[in-house]
Amino acid sequence: MIIPASAVYDVPGADDEKIFDDILRNLERDRDDIRRALSHLAAIGGGAFADLEADHRADVTKAFREVGGAPLAALVRVVLLCYYRDDRVMQSLGQEARPPFPKGHVVEQGDWSLLDPVRARKPMYRRVD
Amino acid sequence: MLDKVDVLIVGSGASGAAVAWSLADTRMRIVCLEQGDWVKPTDYPSNGRDWEARLFSDFAINPNRRARPTDYPINDANSPIKVVNFNGVGGSTIMYTAHFPRMHPSDFKVRTLDGVADDWPVDYATLEPYFAENDRMMGVSGLAGDPAYPPHQPPMPPLPLGKSGARFGKAMNQLGWHWWPSDSTIATSDYEGRARCINLGHCTPGCAQGAKASTDITYWPHAIRAGVELRTMCRVREVTVDAQGMASGVIYYDAEGKEQFQPAEVVILACNGVGTPRLMLNSVSAKFPNGIANSSGLVGKNLMFHPYALTYGYVDEPLDGNHGPPLCLWSQEFYETDRKRDFVRGHTFQFGRGVGAIMEAIISSNAGRLPWGDDHHSVYRKLLNHRISLSAICEDLPEEHNRVTLDPDLKDSSGIPAPRLDYTISANSLKMMDHGIARAKEVLTAAGASNIAVESPILNGGWHLLGTARMGTDPERSVVNEWGRCHDVKNLFIVDGSIWVTSGGVNPTSTIQALALYIADSIKQRLANLFD
Repeated sequence: MIIPASAVYDVPGADDEKIFDDILRNLERDRDDIRRALSHLAAIGGGAFADLEADHRADVTKAFREVGGAPLAALVRVVLLCYYRDDRVMQSLGQEARPPFPKGHVVEQGDWSLLDPVRARKPMYRRVD
Repeated sequence: MLDKVDVLIVGSGASGAAVAWSLADTRMRIVCLEQGDWVKPTDYPSNGRDWEARLFSDFAINPNRRARPTDYPINDANSPIKVVNFNGVGGSTIMYTAHFPRMHPSDFKVRTLDGVADDWPVDYATLEPYFAENDRMMGVSGLAGDPAYPPHQPPMPPLPLGKSGARFGKAMNQLGWHWWPSDSTIATSDYEGRARCINLGHCTPGCAQGAKASTDITYWPHAIRAGVELRTMCRVREVTVDAQGMASGVIYYDAEGKEQFQPAEVVILACNGVGTPRLMLNSVSAKFPNGIANSSGLVGKNLMFHPYALTYGYVDEPLDGNHGPPLCLWSQEFYETDRKRDFVRGHTFQFGRGVGAIMEAIISSNAGRLPWGDDHHSVYRKLLNHRISLSAICEDLPEEHNRVTLDPDLKDSSGIPAPRLDYTISANSLKMMDHGIARAKEVLTAAGASNIAVESPILNGGWHLLGTARMGTDPERSVVNEWGRCHDVKNLFIVDGSIWVTSGGVNPTSTIQALALYIADSIKQRLANLFD
């Protein structure tokens, strides 16, 4: 419901098996909040969220998002944490699927003549003597 | 009981490392106790594919979230700004963004100039040689000639502008406002054994390249070679006093959890603006029933953060995203007091380059900007790498009701009472933040941004912990004297941000370290009669 698969962008959904397994492995500090979130979803939906009909799920999700709170934030965060490091997703976004180190990145030095108007200013700090 | 040492330093971060290195040339026996451990470069998040995710786990900036065994909990429920720190060799220099401005000359004279708070008992001119020495030791990149500062010469060239910086520079020129490449402790050339920056872009939670100057790789190797002993995994419970009311040493728990007493001739506290008052308030004796060196009642009071007002927007071309150090420019157009405004003092703008894929998704989801469902992908692609941001880092003035006390219930894993924070943002700071947001919106508009949003204050923005054991010449209105010695205990010194009288409107690490070097020099000059 949060991130569906897309043929347009050639990406899996967050319910993809590999991503879902990653989510389950990374609940860590959020486990209690996730439990609360799932309980809340079940309470709104009148049963386990996974067992609900698609239309009903959408209503439950909307109501859940409107309530907000730490459990919702934790649930969404762990989904995003795992989705946006999946190789297929990174490739679709034009990002290299690798850690920053050791290759690093290139950042252009830029045109330092942009500073010329600032260089021309008189000292602007407040004198204390 | 352990052998008595000449100098015992508690805390190995920005100030503890600087004071240890400076005192090492006295050849005294110096020991530093650090509750955390060494962090290996290979441990830093940017080594792995989970580099962003670890900002929410073992490298979270908030210690309550991070919750390592070496961390202590902080009750910050009654504060709109949560503490950011790190416990390990290097302290919070492991977990900072390496933005390295100095305080301004005017920051030391706020009572004289603006009629608020108090003047410092030291001034910029006194600290200037220590700023320069610290710039050399930490390795600062930057560009000489900034009209917002007295002249100084950073030893390395500035960080690259990049696409984001160039866009900001043009916008600031259009508005006619000051901007300048930041002084930063990120090495732009190979420097003193450190490799130059390769734009990992994930600087805050430690630099795998070693380009960011944390004190574990700057001051500590020199201090250790000079004979200073650094003991890790040692958590100090209290400073003890003898019958004469002098500090006699500290009680700490070693790596095995065993209680130890380390006697010392001189004790120096370097535990930051929360850790130091916590330790002092936990150091209760018949002589000091309200905490050591607390006859003024000011230990823990006058806590200052810098409230951060973050404003950001999105432009129509991809910029640098998370590539490159996140901060590379500042503006001090609105730093000094302007009587035409409805607040005193001022703020620095620090310009943000961008964020990574996960952070963009989380921030935009929380803000309601990133939808769930079918539109998620198309919207996200207009956000990622299109963000530019700037934060007003606002001077916070001291108020006694903003304070650190001991929590009656919360304790760390060693059973030591944890700190509790009670803090509100003042009316003056709120006006300053509003001013910063309004000006930031002008900047972003000039830079071609739309979809402008605000986070004010930044919730997890308590990087700067200041003022809770302030300096002064009056023992009734201050905790330490003008060279860092406690008025009440003449062999107890404080060198961290606790001793700040006011906060300025800049990141404090440069000034914290310059002060620590100044205090170390003051000690060395008075060795023959240090306790008089």
